[in-house]
Amino acid sequence: MRRPDRFLLYLGANLAIMAAMFAHSFVSTQNPEQVFAKKIELVKRYGLTDLCIFTEARYTRHPSQADLNTPFQDYPLSFEHFPSGSIIAPPGHLRSGMTHE
Amino acid sequence: MNSRLEVQRNILDFTLSSLLRRKAKNSILILVFTLVVFMLASIIFFTNAVKREAVAVLKNSPDMVVQRLSAGRHDLIPSEYIGTIKEMKGVVSVKGRHWGYYFEPAASANFTLVVPEDGGEDGKIVTGKGVSRTMRAGEGDILPLKSYKGEWVVLAIKGVLKSDSELVSSDLIEISEKDFRKLFGISQDSFTDIAVTVKNPKETLTIAKKIKESFPDTRPILRSEVLRTYDSLFNWRSGLLLLIAAGAVFAFIIFAFDRASGLSAEERREIGILKAIGWETSDVIAFKFWEGSVISLSSFMAGIILAYFHVFFAYAPLFEPVLKGWAVLYPEFRLVPFIDPFQIATLFFLTVLPYTAATIIPSWRSAVVDPDRIMRSQ
Repeated sequence: MRRPDRFLLYLGANLAIMAAMFAHSFVSTQNPEQVFAKKIELVKRYGLTDLCIFTEARYTRHPSQADLNTPFQDYPLSFEHFPSGSIIAPPGHLRSGMTHE
Repeated sequence: MNSRLEVQRNILDFTLSSLLRRKAKNSILILVFTLVVFMLASIIFFTNAVKREAVAVLKNSPDMVVQRLSAGRHDLIPSEYIGTIKEMKGVVSVKGRHWGYYFEPAASANFTLVVPEDGGEDGKIVTGKGVSRTMRAGEGDILPLKSYKGEWVVLAIKGVLKSDSELVSSDLIEISEKDFRKLFGISQDSFTDIAVTVKNPKETLTIAKKIKESFPDTRPILRSEVLRTYDSLFNWRSGLLLLIAAGAVFAFIIFAFDRASGLSAEERREIGILKAIGWETSDVIAFKFWEGSVISLSSFMAGIILAYFHVFFAYAPLFEPVLKGWAVLYPEFRLVPFIDPFQIATLFFLTVLPYTAATIIPSWRSAVVDPDRIMRSQ
């Protein structure tokens, strides 16, 4: 097999894997209610409001419930000292002010 | 038609030989390009999947949560607020909720304690997988927690939540209302916050305003705000995206700039020789187009495929130290592979096209010059 044919075959194989990726994604997300059934059940049972990604500080564990003074938790000029607080942006409703105030 | 295809095939053959002659340099180039695409694609896959999953799961959270604020901080809410809110028009149900945090000094981990709607079973708890992993305790074991008085409250683990729900439950401990009150010394007439269910979702904002008017020390948080939170947490301006994306984009700009700023003496000589032996300018441009495409396409596809496996099959291990921060308890969650073809297309247009263009332009400049002059200028 000539070199260009081998290269095109390699590109074709990559394309096939990418097509398989899309197919996998499509199949896995077809029915969200079923896919997330267990998580939805827990959200309903406990009335959960946040995902458990960052457990180091209360305002990163429950960003949607965070105090309005977040991230100045300790005093108004304090620096953010939890790494995850620097990774994520503040929730939109904290930045723009509450719409229902 | 076939002869034109054959010409392109021959040019591609020549391009591959040319790339293989500078094997070390081009291998490094492909490796770095692949890493840039891999990092960007991993971030895109991860943040998009978290956002989509947050919306799918948290749309079942309470319509509205009412917190009480005291001195700018979330405080316990008295039970008499419940009666007043219940009487407001359009409110279907109002429930006082108990939840809080417990810092476990032995493991230096934070747990979230929640009381289920049915009140739970006294003396028994259900833990999240992360709690079980951190405390090395499973079903049938006991977990002593220290109360506000410094006394131990011994709780038996009656179950561990399954690992496929870790993204919402990893640090949870389901505890009974009585044990919760005993642990934190919370009186019978206080709750952590209040969950409000509204009859018509369109009226949620009006009811929130009414609550705020009746109780100025409260802060209603609507479900729409909860859902928006995860969109803004991981938008392009968030630190995670901005830091990694900025690093990758700058690396890529250096890359493309290196290509666009001019050709090496060896590359110019190569073009001069090709022109001298009869190659047309269009052939030289085709040769450089293939050169750019071979490098950028191979790297792009490899980067995307590796990123997919990294995020959706390997639990994104490269992000773990970043996401973990100082936390001891880190959820091991497997994201559902939501991928957005538009984002992949954007990444393609931002990486493959500029790189290929940056390869062609200086070559075109050299290819239109007299070959004799190119070779003499060495």
